[in-house]
Amino acid sequence: MKPFSYERAASPAEAAAAAARRPGARFIAGGTNLLDLMKLQIEVPSHLIDVNGLALDTIEPTPEGGLRVGALVSNTALAADPRVRRDYALLTRALLAGASGQLRNKATTAGNLLQRTRCPYFYDTAQPCNKRRPGSGCAAIGGFTRQLGVIGTSDACIATHPSDMAVALRALDAVVETVQADGATRTIPMADFHRLPGETPHIETALQPGELITAVVLPRPLGGRHIYRKVRDRASYAFALVSVGAVVQPDGTGRVALGGVAHKPWRVEEAETELPRGARAVTERLLAGARPTRDNAFKVTLVERTLGSVLAEARG
Amino acid sequence: MHRLSNPGLSRRDVLAAGAATLAGSAASRDALAQEGVNLDAAGTLEAPSQPFHDTVRLTVNGVIRELRLDTRTTLLDALREHLHLTGTKKGCDHGQCGACTVLVDGVRINACLTLALMHEGDDITTIEGLGTPENLHPMQAAFVRHDGYQCGYCTPGQICSAVAVLKEVDAGIPSHVTHDIAGAPALSDEELRERMSGNICRCGAYSNIIDAITEVAGTRA
Ligand SMILES: Cc1cc2nc3c(=O)[nH]c(=O)nc-3n(C[C@H](O)[C@H](O)[C@H](O)COP(=O)(O)OP(=O)(O)OC[C@H]3O[C@@H](n4cnc5c(N)ncnc54)[C@H](O)[C@@H]3O)c2cc1C
Ligand code: SF4
Ligand code: FES
Ligand code: FES
Repeated sequence: MKPFSYERAASPAEAAAAAARRPGARFIAGGTNLLDLMKLQIEVPSHLIDVNGLALDTIEPTPEGGLRVGALVSNTALAADPRVRRDYALLTRALLAGASGQLRNKATTAGNLLQRTRCPYFYDTAQPCNKRRPGSGCAAIGGFTRQLGVIGTSDACIATHPSDMAVALRALDAVVETVQADGATRTIPMADFHRLPGETPHIETALQPGELITAVVLPRPLGGRHIYRKVRDRASYAFALVSVGAVVQPDGTGRVALGGVAHKPWRVEEAETELPRGARAVTERLLAGARPTRDNAFKVTLVERTLGSVLAEARG
Repeated sequence: MHRLSNPGLSRRDVLAAGAATLAGSAASRDALAQEGVNLDAAGTLEAPSQPFHDTVRLTVNGVIRELRLDTRTTLLDALREHLHLTGTKKGCDHGQCGACTVLVDGVRINACLTLALMHEGDDITTIEGLGTPENLHPMQAAFVRHDGYQCGYCTPGQICSAVAVLKEVDAGIPSHVTHDIAGAPALSDEELRERMSGNICRCGAYSNIIDAITEVAGTRA
């Protein structure tokens, strides 16, 4: 790690202002992604703003009948909350499919959303990577791509967003609440939060420099069957090859979002109109225009089959 | 996590990649320099070359400790290198193996992926604090009885994790394999294996580890 100065933030607005004041500053929450990358000098902040003291660790009902989840609520606490287990089971299931018990105890709601979209070559500082070093090229394209993206990729980057939680939040149409350096607050729908790589894969979200996430808001419960199915190389403690998050209503309509296929949690609302016709019809629309590589073409089939089994479970 | 081999290479490239370009005025440049942040002529941020230090007070195994540390010190390094509590092990140093598992206010975490400074006022329990050779914690005794290790390197992390797992089940926290997440989780082998999956054992003592945990869970019930 490179040396950095350290401060504990006193309030969300002060944290955002401090981050804007200090070039090279970063927030640290659980630290499980940031410190991992700092040890490899892939992230080199010169100043850390510890946000753990901010009272953003509660889950409160909203007047609209949803839940406001504080940015610092741990992944374990969010998954275990009785209201989330009852009304947003998709979110509990997705959280529990991620990382390990120890990591979920430390990982926070905001930190999980903001873990870097990455690939094995991103970790290898000897390799070119447009995300780590803009303009240097992409070692993954033409390399080993089994885990990487099949849709929404660009000629600059084919990495995937690794979060399970984000897939559920996308399907649930959650909204991210933030405070900016000037103290102004705003909301960003999950649909607009993560970006596709395009020509600027190093810019992964809609956040401005120094902008602090304060909460994630879940809209009113949808009802229906909530299913999260993660397919991976080990039964536990591994990132998804493909994951399917679905909310299916008794009449066969519903919502579907995918993990492991794109630079962001992948959802195409129009494809959901095909749900009553089955997994193949949905997948054709959901992954229309996919550009898989030779190594990861299997993901397209895997999405269809995983969705097929999810829909069968929802009916059963 | 998938990581490719990383031959010893110059870190300069990476630094350049992480540097932020700034349109800093001379005044803000001076203010920053006083805080140890330097900008080069093009206004590009140079990572500070001098370490920063800060103090932290934490309770470790019941004893209040005050430490002055390089800000970069992880909780794991503070325990091992500064407090000489070498029971907690460093395996991967990247959250992938669980050898560094300790309890913070009773909750298990990976000590390698957290900074010591982030634990001001926290209550830390390591394997040394769970029991002593003369007075073993029931989980330590069960690991001995069931041969829940071979080389023993992963064992302190396994035991700390196991103690916390039983508390998590008691608290009704569901897991990936819990069939009905609305209800109370069961204490099956399947549940224990899933909950312990963050602790890797290269010697493959897994089945004996599950036996040890099952015994402790049973005697408590
Ligand atoms: C071995 C291993 C396996 C894993 N497996 C999985 C997996 O299977 N599935 C999965 O989904 N994840 C997995 N993860 C990733 C894990 O979920 C993330 O590391 C974690 O969620 C990050 O949360 P954090 O609070 O620790 O973030 P931090 O590391 O503290 O922060 C991450 C980023 O978010 C920024 N940030 C934090 N809080 C805020 C805020 N309030 N406002 C603005 N910016 C903020 C930080 O500046 C930083 O850039 C794994 C991680 C490891 C190490
Ligand atoms: S896929 Fe993206 S993250 Fe991976 S090497 Fe290419 S640019 Fe970097
Ligand atoms: S040393 Fe911390 S998880 Fe491996
Ligand atoms: S006993 Fe050797 S690594 Fe587990």
